[in-house]
Amino acid sequence: MNCPECDANMNIPEDASVGEIVSCGDCGADYEISKKEGSNIELKEAETVGEDWGE
Amino acid sequence: MQKICIVFDRLRTEEKLLQESAEELGYETSMIDAKITSFDTDSKSTNFEFGDVVLERCVSYYRGLHFTACLEFMDIPVINKFDVANTCGNKMITSMLLKKNNIPTPKTYFSFSAETALENFENVGYPLVIKPIIGSWGRNVMPIKDKDTAEAVIENRQVTDGPQDRIYYLQEMIDRPPRDIRVITVGDEAISAMYRKSSGGFKTNIALGAEPELCEITKEIEDLCEKTSKAVGGGILGIDLMEDKKRGLVVHEVNNTVEFKGLVKVSKKNIPKEMIDYAIRNIK
Repeated sequence: MNCPECDANMNIPEDASVGEIVSCGDCGADYEISKKEGSNIELKEAETVGEDWGE
Repeated sequence: MQKICIVFDRLRTEEKLLQESAEELGYETSMIDAKITSFDTDSKSTNFEFGDVVLERCVSYYRGLHFTACLEFMDIPVINKFDVANTCGNKMITSMLLKKNNIPTPKTYFSFSAETALENFENVGYPLVIKPIIGSWGRNVMPIKDKDTAEAVIENRQVTDGPQDRIYYLQEMIDRPPRDIRVITVGDEAISAMYRKSSGGFKTNIALGAEPELCEITKEIEDLCEKTSKAVGGGILGIDLMEDKKRGLVVHEVNNTVEFKGLVKVSKKNIPKEMIDYAIRNIK
């Protein structure tokens, strides 16, 4: 599928799961896989790192 | 069959390893995204697919903490418990609890305004380390070596003026080798440890590029970590130790949703399996 930001082709691994973050190799934008049914994949913009993120 | 649930908000290697391990062990496993889950004051455990026990693995501390409160409201066993997350997520509360339980920890100074924080710097002397009371991965942890830097950092805090910015947590600088020790404890037992070596700077966080190296769990580390785990309420923890050249090992931080993707590659123990086994043992 193509990057919603820059339209470059994104290689999403076949074993990627819903909730995982994928990045566009061209523009660097991060997306979260929001839906995956076979080859039908939907992406949403990933959350940016928050002040309370961590361990 | 017992059912285990992993709650996440960003699916990382750790959560996938936990899922794989639970499935390999033969447990029914569900993965629930906290970001798309809602509750209300009438919510019951039977309305959801949380199963018999939940591993709370959110990367956002506040999200995970409040999600845990909701799960406990529905009497669902959660690892870690709300009280443990609440303690470990706040460096000030952790420091006080460690001291109260006679666990060696760096001397730490607390103040609640810019003026008294500056007074603390001047009275105690430099260097001191300033840390946000909530936060991780070494963010905004800074060694303060002189008055000019202290004033600049405090001024910056006054500009941003978030709720946490008004609480000043200043810690003695420990004279130590350029590394610290991260120990993973599961049910008060140290199961794996690594040295985190600084990549040139002051910080030793793996998230910042520190090099991990397997650390042997000595009797001293084992005992100290057991005591620390019990002091904060147990569960699955990442305990950080420093090797003080004068006092020996000191505990400076306890992490509530420990990351382990680096350590898992070199650990003698199967870390995700230990965590899943522990979760299953905690089913009511």
